[in-house]
Amino acid sequence: MSRLRILGRRLAGAGRFLRRDKKAMVGSIILFILVVVAIFPSWFARDNPAAEIYKPGAGLSWSHVLGTTSFGQDVYSQLIYGARQSVFIALIVGAFCTVVSVAVGVTAAYSGGLVDDTLSLFTDVILVIPTFPLIIVITAYAKGASFWLIVAVLVFTGWSYGARQLRVQALSLRNRDYLLAAKARGEASWYVITVELIPPMTSLIVANFLSAALYAVLASAALQFIGLGNINTESWGTMLYWAQNNEALQTGLPLWALAPGVAIALLGSALALLNYAFDEVSNPALRPVSQKKMRKRMKKLEVVG
Amino acid sequence: MRFLVRRLGFLLIALWAALTLNFFIPRLMPGNPAESMMATFRGHVNPAALKALEVAFGVGGHQSLVSSYFQYLGNTLRGNLGISTSYFPLSVTSVIMKALPWSLGLVGLSTVIGFIIGTAVGAVAAWRRGGKLDSILPPTFIVISAFPYFWVGLLAIWLFAVTLKWFPILGGYSETATEQWSWPFVGDVLTHAVLPAFTIVITSIGGWILTMRNNMITVVAEDYVKMARAKGLKNQRILWQYAGRNAMLPSLTGFAMSLGFVISGAILVEYVFNYPGLGFLLLQAVQTEDYPLMQSLFLLITVAVLLAIFVSDIVTAVLDPRTRVRT
Amino acid sequence: MSEPILQVRDLMVEYATPSGPAQAVHGVNLELAQGEFLAIVGESGCGKSTLLFAIAQLLSYPASVVGGSVTFNGVDLRTLTDEQLRRYRWRDISVVMQSAMNALNPTLSIGAQLADACRAHTDWDDHRITQRSEEVLAMVSIDRVHLKSFPFQLSGGMRQRAMIAMALLLEPKLVIMDEPTSALDVVAQRSLMRQVEALRHELGFAVLFVTHDMSVVSHFSDRLAVMYAGEVVELDTTREVFDHPQHPYSQGLMEAFPSLLGESRQLTGIPGTPPALVDPPPGCLFAARCPYVMDICRTLRPELITKGNRAVRCHLVNPPESS
Repeated sequence: MSRLRILGRRLAGAGRFLRRDKKAMVGSIILFILVVVAIFPSWFARDNPAAEIYKPGAGLSWSHVLGTTSFGQDVYSQLIYGARQSVFIALIVGAFCTVVSVAVGVTAAYSGGLVDDTLSLFTDVILVIPTFPLIIVITAYAKGASFWLIVAVLVFTGWSYGARQLRVQALSLRNRDYLLAAKARGEASWYVITVELIPPMTSLIVANFLSAALYAVLASAALQFIGLGNINTESWGTMLYWAQNNEALQTGLPLWALAPGVAIALLGSALALLNYAFDEVSNPALRPVSQKKMRKRMKKLEVVG
Repeated sequence: MRFLVRRLGFLLIALWAALTLNFFIPRLMPGNPAESMMATFRGHVNPAALKALEVAFGVGGHQSLVSSYFQYLGNTLRGNLGISTSYFPLSVTSVIMKALPWSLGLVGLSTVIGFIIGTAVGAVAAWRRGGKLDSILPPTFIVISAFPYFWVGLLAIWLFAVTLKWFPILGGYSETATEQWSWPFVGDVLTHAVLPAFTIVITSIGGWILTMRNNMITVVAEDYVKMARAKGLKNQRILWQYAGRNAMLPSLTGFAMSLGFVISGAILVEYVFNYPGLGFLLLQAVQTEDYPLMQSLFLLITVAVLLAIFVSDIVTAVLDPRTRVRT
Repeated sequence: MSEPILQVRDLMVEYATPSGPAQAVHGVNLELAQGEFLAIVGESGCGKSTLLFAIAQLLSYPASVVGGSVTFNGVDLRTLTDEQLRRYRWRDISVVMQSAMNALNPTLSIGAQLADACRAHTDWDDHRITQRSEEVLAMVSIDRVHLKSFPFQLSGGMRQRAMIAMALLLEPKLVIMDEPTSALDVVAQRSLMRQVEALRHELGFAVLFVTHDMSVVSHFSDRLAVMYAGEVVELDTTREVFDHPQHPYSQGLMEAFPSLLGESRQLTGIPGTPPALVDPPPGCLFAARCPYVMDICRTLRPELITKGNRAVRCHLVNPPESS
């Protein structure tokens, strides 16, 4: 069968899977909405998020659905425009992390021996060093980080967990017969790796992408919250920073502080739900069991049989 | 035994890596913060203090990079961490020592409580597969684990401290209290610790529950659990000695890895609550550009994590005989 | 002939699958007399292990018993609560599983696992427990120093023997064995079977033995049941089934094994695959692969008809008009 048709079948299978699993459904819908908001913020909000032209500290009203900040900015617009940073960081860091962890994990598993030992040691050391303090130290020296520095730092600290997981799975697949058969046919190593070894690991790779993205969302938000991001950009984390620094909670502007948190939590939850759904694909034993359904079946049969 | 020795070796390598990172990062960043820092101080402090700073930082001006490096390593390993610039003239070590017990108490206790409760709940949830606990737990905690730590803290402050006024908003203790070993003070400390501890436990417990639950599900399907049922052992015994004991092993390994998340969460929680622990100190140091303090805190946190990992390795060795005997 | 210790009637087991329930065991009837050795033989997936665990009341989701009865010494085990069932476990009925490596708790010593079973059912003190543990280990020629060993420290054969020793701890009346020899080499297989046989003669327990390899039980079992797609298709004394198989499936099985002493002949397999269990075809489940299939076979499911010692489920042997 042609590779294209196999790919088509896989995508259809994925689509069916997403539709059937409630968690995946909810997660994908939320993620989709947030991505649209991130790409086209002007569809959803009229006001300029940075404009400090409204009455500061105003409560909820029809023109300011979430109130205004103590500088007179519209909270709702900030929320909408802030999506871009968070969503993009999540996806970009997720992508880079995945590429690195696949490269390292699969190479280590496939090569074995000294290469494996060295790569594994490297992976484990990075895994063990506390990432958040390290990120803080690096961005502190840079006196506030640009978007790409944050991406670089997050990727540097985030790839190791996935690499470990992928290595374990690649190891278990490496000695399967079909791989040995491919080698016996004389196929080149890179062919065996990309065409035969990686496809069965797809669900784990996707799960890793999602968890790296989740990590990026939370870590970048945290960095911006403590003021180590670029405090002049619009993002949910910086909203929280300004809210905290202006004592939003204590001065009766709770939404300024709580709304961006909800947004981050939404994006995070979407990623986490999808991640879990893909985990269940790799390990069917984790799928939900309905005892009620079982008992109903057994009752029915006892009456009949 | 060999297992523990190997693990110790690995952890030492990790420590060395952290030390090296600590040394090289400021030198690699644009603007060479190390040098610029020294330049700021040269005009303001007396020569003796300046020398102490140089020594701690490993910036000798006239030394080669390599010898600075080794000098830095030597100093650090001897405990000479330098002098804090924001708490000048206190040494870094004394500043850290003041904050250490607060973090140990808050973070240490919350983590242990979270781990124990989470693992137990996860085990029971998986044991009663298909029960109510098992169907609501995973989705609930997946969602909760995606909440930013600090935001949960903010929520807790707003809900319990500002609105309901049950607990104080900030700090490790009231401003009017004096630090001493007296009941009122201890009570004060405890009331201030409730919300931060609650935040840490809530956000981290989901991870423990889910990990243990997933492990248990795999283990419960194993033949030796079926065998235990066949032998007619009491459910309690099967749950803990057969299933739980084996399911916990990957959890323990995972404990080490998730410590990173717990630490980061703890830092943010301390910041949000202005709790006078190491995390709060670290962020203060960042804001005041107190690099010696910042560096040392990073090292200390790393050492703490590595130690915790080693302890969990010991516990694994105790529980799993396969690690002890290596032919 | 005394009362049979085990009577299985119309046992039905289903597996929950995404495409609907799969009938793994479909109306099985068996009887086991005291001290008797009954072997159940069939290919992978025919439901023999499921049947075994259903009898031992050890099934768990997604498998469940949906009909029938399992009567042990006059008591229907299916009607008992977990607590009541516990009293039968190990004291009257014990189990030996296929892979000792998987069936033994990797984190507890052999001695601890033996003691577990003792403490759960008796009030023996530590001294008595150790004594009994050493006794059973000696029965299978394992040195008592291994009470302190962990499963991964023993060889495969030793582990399997340790499992058998564990099964005999409380002198049960029935020992259920699920392919205990599959993980062993031929020599170890024979040695294990011999040991089981010797113990059976000495202690008098009945054995329900499941295997996919008939040759393993050919010299040890009293009776042999052949299973296919969740049903018993033939049942008689071992010798009779070997020498005069009547069901086409049993015949196919015999043809597939070469005889060491007989003349060399062409080995034939049985072409085709077993039927889907989710929506089984209406007629005989073997019809698609049967060399003697008739029209009636595709529409009417044959009953298991017993004539004397022999029971066969086949329209060829028991034409529908004469039943």
